[in-house]
Parts: sequence; C-alpha cells; structure tokens
Amino acid sequence: MVDTTQTQQAQGQQLQFHETEEHHPQTGTMLGFWLYLMSDCLIFASLFATYGVLGRSYAGGPTGAELFDLPLVAMNTALLLLSSITYGFAMLEMQKNRVRGTIGWLLITGLFGVGFLSLELYEFAHLIHVGAGPQTSAFLTSFFALVGTHGLHVFFGIVWLVTLCFQLRKYGLIPENKRRVACLSMFWHFLDVVWIGVFTFVYLMGVLV
Amino acid sequence: MFDQIDLTKLIFGRLTWEAIPYHEPILIATFAAVILGGIALLVALTYFRLWGYLWREWFTSIDHKKIGIMYIILALVMLLRGFADAIMMRIQQAWAFGDSAGYLPPDHYDQIFTAHGVIMIFFVAMPLVTGIMNYVVPLQIGARDVAFPFLNNFSFWMTTSGAVLVMVSLFIGEFAKTGWLAYPPLAGIDKSPGVGVDYYIWALQIAGVGTLLSGVNLLVTIVKMRAPGMTMMKMPVFTWTALCTNVLIVAAFPVLTAVLAMLTLDRYLGTNFFTEDLGGNAMMYINLIWIWGHPEVYILILPAFGVFSEIVSTYSGKRLFGYASMVYATVVITVLSYLVWLHHFFTMGSGASVNSFFGITTMIISIPTGAKVFNWLFTMYRGRIRFDVPMLWTVGFMVTFVIGGMTGVLLAVPPADFVLHNSLFLIAHFHNVIIGGVLFGMLAAITYWFPKAFGFKLDPFWGKVSFWFWLTGFYFAFMPLYVLGLMGVTRRMSQFDDPSLQIWFQVAAFGAVLIAIGIAAFLIQLVVSFMRRESLRDETGDPWDGRTLEWSTSSPPPAYNFAFTPRVHDLDAWWQMKQHGYKRPESGFLPIHMPKNTGAGIILAGISTVLGFALIWHMWLLAGVSFLGLLVVAIGHTFNYNRDYHIPVEEVERVEAERTRVLANHG
Repeated sequence: MVDTTQTQQAQGQQLQFHETEEHHPQTGTMLGFWLYLMSDCLIFASLFATYGVLGRSYAGGPTGAELFDLPLVAMNTALLLLSSITYGFAMLEMQKNRVRGTIGWLLITGLFGVGFLSLELYEFAHLIHVGAGPQTSAFLTSFFALVGTHGLHVFFGIVWLVTLCFQLRKYGLIPENKRRVACLSMFWHFLDVVWIGVFTFVYLMGVLV
Repeated sequence: MFDQIDLTKLIFGRLTWEAIPYHEPILIATFAAVILGGIALLVALTYFRLWGYLWREWFTSIDHKKIGIMYIILALVMLLRGFADAIMMRIQQAWAFGDSAGYLPPDHYDQIFTAHGVIMIFFVAMPLVTGIMNYVVPLQIGARDVAFPFLNNFSFWMTTSGAVLVMVSLFIGEFAKTGWLAYPPLAGIDKSPGVGVDYYIWALQIAGVGTLLSGVNLLVTIVKMRAPGMTMMKMPVFTWTALCTNVLIVAAFPVLTAVLAMLTLDRYLGTNFFTEDLGGNAMMYINLIWIWGHPEVYILILPAFGVFSEIVSTYSGKRLFGYASMVYATVVITVLSYLVWLHHFFTMGSGASVNSFFGITTMIISIPTGAKVFNWLFTMYRGRIRFDVPMLWTVGFMVTFVIGGMTGVLLAVPPADFVLHNSLFLIAHFHNVIIGGVLFGMLAAITYWFPKAFGFKLDPFWGKVSFWFWLTGFYFAFMPLYVLGLMGVTRRMSQFDDPSLQIWFQVAAFGAVLIAIGIAAFLIQLVVSFMRRESLRDETGDPWDGRTLEWSTSSPPPAYNFAFTPRVHDLDAWWQMKQHGYKRPESGFLPIHMPKNTGAGIILAGISTVLGFALIWHMWLLAGVSFLGLLVVAIGHTFNYNRDYHIPVEEVERVEAERTRVLANHG
C-alpha cells in the first residue's frame, strides 16, 4: 500500500534521483570518537564490576581501610579536576582562535596530569613497598588493575596532549587541529568522570569498614 | 657466562629450538608444505612484478571495496585452516575406539579443537561478516567510502595480524589446549605454563583492536553518511542488520578486551583475578567472557539475516514482506542478546531464579527470530521465485536454521541443559546455527555480490554442486552429534571406549568429507568462473534485477562508487528508480573528493605482530622496541595532514563515458 501511494505521489511530480551539486556528508569524527569513548567506558565498566566482585576478597591481607591514604587521594582528585577546568580554558582560547593561549592552557593541563600520575605512582610504589602489591590478594589485584588502567589512560592522554601542542605550534588552529583538540577534550573529561567513580567506589567506600 | 645467559634471555625470552615441533611428523609436513608454498608464492609475485601493484592497489588501499575483498580472502584462507582442523578431529574421533588411540595424541588434539574454534569464529566468520559489510554498506547507502577510510585499512591489517599469530603458533611453539574461550584456572599459568594461551590472548587482543575500530567506523558511516532522503526506515535491511551488528561490536568487544587483559595480568604478573587462591574467582571470567560471547553470536548472525532478506526479496521479485517488523525484530534481538549470557553456564549453580530468568530471556529471542522466518516465507509467497544459487542457500538456511533454533530452545530450558551441558548435543546445536546460519549466509552473500565486486557472475553449476555438498554434508556431519549428545557423549574427547558409538562418528566423518567436497567445489567455482568470465560478464551493473542502490552503479563500481550522490525516496531505492525509467546522467560531472592511500595501517599492524610475538615469548627487549616503534609510527601518522585529493573531472568523465559505451553495446 505504501508502494502505491508513493507511486501516485511520484506521478504527480517528477522525482529527482541524484544530487547535481557536490554532496558533503557530515563529518563523523566527533560521533566516532564518542563511540570509542563509550567502548572504553565498557572496559572500565568491566574493571569496576570486577572490583565489585573482588574488592572485599582480602585473602587475609591488608584492607582498603588500612591502606588508603585519603588526603593523598583527595589531592590527586583535586589535581585531575583542576586539569579539567584548565582544559576548558584551552577550549575557550581555541574558540577565540588564540593558538598561544590554547597551547599554554593545554600545557598547564598536561602539568596537572603529570602531577596526578606522579602521586599515583608514588602511591603504588608505597603500597608495593609495604607488601601490598597486586599479587597479594584479589582485592589488590582488582584495585591495581582499575586504578592502573585509569592511570595508563592519563599517561596516553598526556602523550597525545604533547603531540597536539607540537601540531598546534606547527600548523596552527586549522580545522583538523581544532577537531583534535575537541576530541582530546572529550577524552580528558571522560577520564575525569571515570576518576570520580574510582574515587567514590574504590577509595571512599573502601575505607568504610 | 651469567651475563651471556641473561642477554640471550633478554633477546630470545622463552624461545629455543625446542619450540619447533620437529618430533611431530604431521606438523613438520604441514610446515614444509607451507614454507614451500609460501616461497613459490613469493617467487611468483616477484617474477610477475606484482609487489608494487599489490602494495599500491591493495595493501595500502583505503577503498572500502578493496578492503572488503581482502577481508573475504583472509576469511577463505583461514576457512581452509579451520576446516583442516575439523576434518582431523572427525577422523580421529571416528578412529580412536577401543584399543586404537587414533593418530592424534591428546596434547595435539586439544590444540586442534581450540584452534578450530578460535579460527572459525574470529578469523573466518568475523572477517566474512566484516568484509561483506565493508563492501556492501557504503554502496547500499549511496556513500563514496566509510567514515574513516584509514582506520578501515588499519582494522583489516590488525585482524590479519591476529590471524598471522595463530598461524605462527602452529610451527613455533604451540597453541592453547584450553578450548576456544580459555577458561581459567585451566588457562592460568599453573595449568598452562606454555605459550599456547599467550598466543591465544595476543592474537585475539590484536585482532580485537581491528574489530572494535571497524565497528565504530561502520556505525558512524551508517549514521552520518546515508544518501539524502534515506531515512532510517528507508535503509535496506542488510544495512539495518549491519548497524545493529556494529552496535553490538562496540558494546561487546571491550568486555573481551578487558577480560583477556585480566587473564594476561594473571599469567604475566601473577595477579589473582581468576586464580584458585588469594581470593581469585574463576567464575567471574566465565561471566565476563560470555557477556562478550553471547552478543558475539548475534554479531555474526544478524548480517546473515540481512543478506537473506536482500536475497529473498530480489529473487522473489517482490518488496520484502514486513520491512518494519524485520527492523524491529533485529533491534529486539540486539537488545535481548545482552540478557542471555548466563545460559552458557546454567550448571554453574546460580540458583533456580537466576537460571529461570536467563532461560526465559533466551526463549524470548526465538520470537523475533521466528518473525523473521515468517517474513521471508511471506516474501516468497506468490513471488516470482528464481532459484539461483543465492536463493538455494537461503532456502537451505531457512530449513537448517529452524532446526538449530529449536534445539537452541531445548537447551534454553535449564533442567534440560543440566543433562545436555557440554555434550555433543550442544556442539551439534551451535554448528547447526553457525554453519546453517552464518556460513550459508556469507556464502550466499559472496555469490550474490560477487558480480558487483568483480564484474562477472559466479558459475552456477559449481555453485550448485557446492551448495548441495555443503547442505547434505552438514546433515551427515552434525545430526549424528545430536544423537550422541542425547546419549550423553561429552565434547572435546579424543578417544572412546564404547564401540557402539563408533558408527555415529563414522557417519559424521563422512559428512565432513562431503563438506570438504563442497569447499573444493566452491574453490573450483572461483577458478571456472574466472576462466569463463567473458560469458559470465555483468555489463549492466544489475545482474539480478536488484532493488537497492549498490545495483545502480557499474560492476565493479568505480573508485568513487557514484558519480553523483543518489537521492532516495523509497525503501527499494534502485527499484523505484527503474520503475520511473531513471536515466543515468551522462554529463555535468564534477571532480570528486576522495581519501588518499596510506601505508600506515599495514606498518602499524606489522609492528603489532612483532610486539605480540615478543610478548608471547617474553622477549622483553624486542617487545619494548616494537612498542616504541608503534608509538612513533602512530604519532608520525598524525603529522600527515595531507590525506585527501580530488579525482579530476576528466577522469570521472572518462570512466562514465566508458560505462555509457558498455551499456549502449549491451543494448
């Protein structure tokens, strides 16, 4: 029935079956990157689920309440949250087409990232030093995996950020670079969101006995 | 002395001459054959000066059509390997009764059934599905390429890299002996200290990167790049199933990545995710891997459903019956596929309530699937059916798949599953749906779209031979397994005591021989068709009187697919164009904006192969160097901003004039 109505319509007017102008489909980079982030989010979901199952399997070893140094983690959280704000400033600078401002704020963001990673590495080294390494118990295994995966993401985010700064310096704020800055922005904020989950579920709830 | 040993370890890791299986005559003979064949191929390529051509026109190509074809070639090559494993198992099981231990030692047999499963799912079924989607989807939606052409090339080579690692395991070291999902604790370092599981892990991780990226790529392509006028409910059904499959890929493969990474940590760093002590929980692995694994079977079957929908309406000369219900059925299956994973381990002991929930969700999936079967039947009803080879596969599928579906519903009943779990009944069931569904679908798809890709049809005689041998071979090979399963015979056994079972295994082995003839006939079909290509030539671009946009362009399509982007008004866009007496434009062409070829994909995947090999053998130095190499090349690639060009208008005019000439000659 649909067929006949459409045929009738078509008889009324001549249908155009191709574009005569150059046709530009929408760019899908943002959507594609967003989909990638969602897939990454599922990797974190798996790790969170694993932590949910194993997080209390101490196997006679130390518990989160005994190990976690909340002030240190709070400091870490603050660094990461600040880095999200500074990334926001980089985006604002980019919208005003100011390359140097963009690069400057990106570098500050990167420094906060490095600070975050340093504190995390310090925390890990300390835990391993006191005999609470990832092999000690299933709790620590899932803890190191979840927090470490997040840290690894921050590390690659920094590598990307530095690369991007070089590219901004070399090529300026051309459309490709703007797109890249926007993608990294999504990545960076995404890591922030994940960290809030980590901070809440692993650290805050971990110290509750 | 001490330093020297350390240096050897740093460079070669666990790799020693012991890793070459020279005490296994079967492997050595295969190895020799592969080496000789490989050398012959390399010499031939060099002699005919094909390297440059292959590199420029294929390996570095970002044309979705060429990448699609390469995926299918990869799948067919791996099908031969996977089938060789299958027939070895069939011969062993038909032979090893009573005093005879057969010809395969258990150690080797275990590797074979693992490799068979891994290869058939990851390196045959997946590349077939991805290849067909890659080739067909952009053409069906009137696009000139996928959304991310470079990533497409990279994805293909990552998949190939995984396949290469699996093949290497045949000759250097060993493959996993754990079954295709590598359950711990068996897959843990204590029970499987060798490199087998490591080959498994890294092959799947590397191929998984490719699969995930190609999922993202095709999703964005379908969402963003459809021709003007093609609303969601005017998309061809195959594109709909491709959309749902890619949603599933993006939503399922990360879980596989995560769970394999955890297994890796357990094996490499001695962590305790799935160990038996220090709080580890192996059941979690089984849950997680099936949270990926169940959607995976729908990733494979949905595109096959799409293929059958296209074929059934084309060869019945009718619009597909119940398009909207077909779309909704596909979407419902997509959602439900996430709610059934636990039916793979009802016997784990989750309790009656949990098992009931998952049993019921599993049974519910048969409703949309059944709706699809009726839609196909009603499409055929009063159609002017042409029983060309793709249609034969479709009818063979409908009969076979319904049987497989019904045994699936049987298995979904938890009490029945307690009896049939891990039995040959299960093996028969999933081969019934994967061969009868996915494989028949992909062979139908190859036959259906072959003239589009190469400009000539496949020889129908050998196609029919292949179909009938596959179909009868399938029934001979797997119906006995249903019987054996009901009698309580478990899977993965290399030897049997009870002589009364032997006849069933012999029938199954006979079935495998029939399938072998079916595969041979398919290969002969390719050769014969190539020889007879002039008489099988498709000059119109529309050899089957098709309905969707891919048939509106030439066979094979030009690099840019469509000189002008089509405008869509109806579900069967090309059919409607034909009904309206559409005349293709012969002037007014414009330069066409296209992406440029790049070697970055194959180089990155090549380094990934080396990295995987180094990690498998604990060659830490090589692993570090190749990881750095990967980073450098990847970053280097991002400095390449010069990624596209315009096909000059003269070139477009030349290609289109040639098509005008061919069409005029055709009359």
